[in-house]
Amino acid sequence: MKGMTVIVKTITSWVKILIFLFGIYIILFGHLTPGGGFAGGVILASSYILIMLAYGRDFVEENLSLPAASRIDCLGAFSFAMIAILGLVFGGSFFVNFLFQKYLPGQPLNLVSAGTIPLSNIAIGLKVGASLFLVIVSLSICCKDFRPGTSVNKKKE
Amino acid sequence: MIIFYCLLIFMLIAAIVAVETEKLLSSVICIGAIGFGASLMFLFLRAPDIAITQIVVEVLGLIILIRATISRDLTFITGDREFFEVVVSVVIVFVIFLAGIQVLQTLPDFGSPIFAQVADAPSNTYVSRGLGKTGAANLVTSVILDFRAYDTLGEATVLFTSIIGATVILRKKCRKKMEETTG
Amino acid sequence: MLYALCFLLFMIGLYCAVVKKNMVKIVIGIVIMEYAVNLFLIMLGYRTGGQAPIVGQKDIAATGTELTNAFINSSVDPLPQALVLTAIVISLGSLALMISICIRTYEKYGTFDITEIRRLKG
Repeated sequence: MKGMTVIVKTITSWVKILIFLFGIYIILFGHLTPGGGFAGGVILASSYILIMLAYGRDFVEENLSLPAASRIDCLGAFSFAMIAILGLVFGGSFFVNFLFQKYLPGQPLNLVSAGTIPLSNIAIGLKVGASLFLVIVSLSICCKDFRPGTSVNKKKE
Repeated sequence: MIIFYCLLIFMLIAAIVAVETEKLLSSVICIGAIGFGASLMFLFLRAPDIAITQIVVEVLGLIILIRATISRDLTFITGDREFFEVVVSVVIVFVIFLAGIQVLQTLPDFGSPIFAQVADAPSNTYVSRGLGKTGAANLVTSVILDFRAYDTLGEATVLFTSIIGATVILRKKCRKKMEETTG
Repeated sequence: MLYALCFLLFMIGLYCAVVKKNMVKIVIGIVIMEYAVNLFLIMLGYRTGGQAPIVGQKDIAATGTELTNAFINSSVDPLPQALVLTAIVISLGSLALMISICIRTYEKYGTFDITEIRRLKG
């Protein structure tokens, strides 16, 4: 009844893991290869939206409820601001890259390098992914015809 | 060089079809064509970060637009606005067009960017000393999150505000639905 | 000439946003304008035969963290790419906001026609 046909559900159950892992890879290697927090966050959101299109909205809300998503959103914004304030405390000015300059220089082209930039990438990725997930869920919650298969049953008011 | 002309002409044709077709779903699909053409264009312009972001954002934007137009394009709205309004609008568009034509002649040639000609442009610092100052191999990331991090902070604020706006606008119906389902 | 074609794309979007009277068509015109502006900004930083602003192993000089002159003289401009990267994500947020306004208007008036909406107001 809910969701799409069994073909779409089977393919989705295989593909969703790959999309999620690709999003995590894009975020973590954002300072070495093309990508970064913005693209990775949108990919993370799109994996959940694929599940929502295939299985229906109730299945997604069991896995990632709306209060949890809004908490992740606030956590991303808060940690990005905290990294900036830690730069003010340890480095002397707002948004300074204190880890690279003082404590953990690292070698270039390694995964552990560039100081606070990977941490900022993770924060931005969480924020963008949770925000876009929330906006599409709130667009679909208001009207049932977003779910495929029930679009013809919409009442005309 | 010829690939840029091909892609731009493809995007122009898709834009004209998107503007002039009558069914809303067709014009939304033409928007998708423009977006994927722009993504290919970014890839050939040596901007792979923008290409990845554009191609994912395009998919989500298509989902949002299709959600707005599905089962609602029964209302065919043909024809334009009233005559006087159309004349005023077209005159304004034409004036902007003339101003843009004047500006186009002062731009540098395609393929020779400004920061290569001006010695103290900020991009020279970003390119030559970005790796030594931030340690990030991706120079675009070093510009976003280190040199110009205030820009990213403002972007997060704008995104947060727009999400709150969308939620508030759709809120009343949501609360009614929740009350119906729970009790 | 490429700049002129890009400007023509912008003018098509502006025409669509100004003349049409369907609300979703107005949103589509604004989206077309966003694409044109992003494309124009990226084009300003392109260098003929250039390479992407991402440092590889061969671009680092032997002395340490300094870059080779070949990379500095052939890289494209990273600054417009950084600006456009934030603008694309913001455009998705503003698109969601505009679409939610359209949906609420449709539920209240039952149409997307802006002249009908103005007539119903009085």
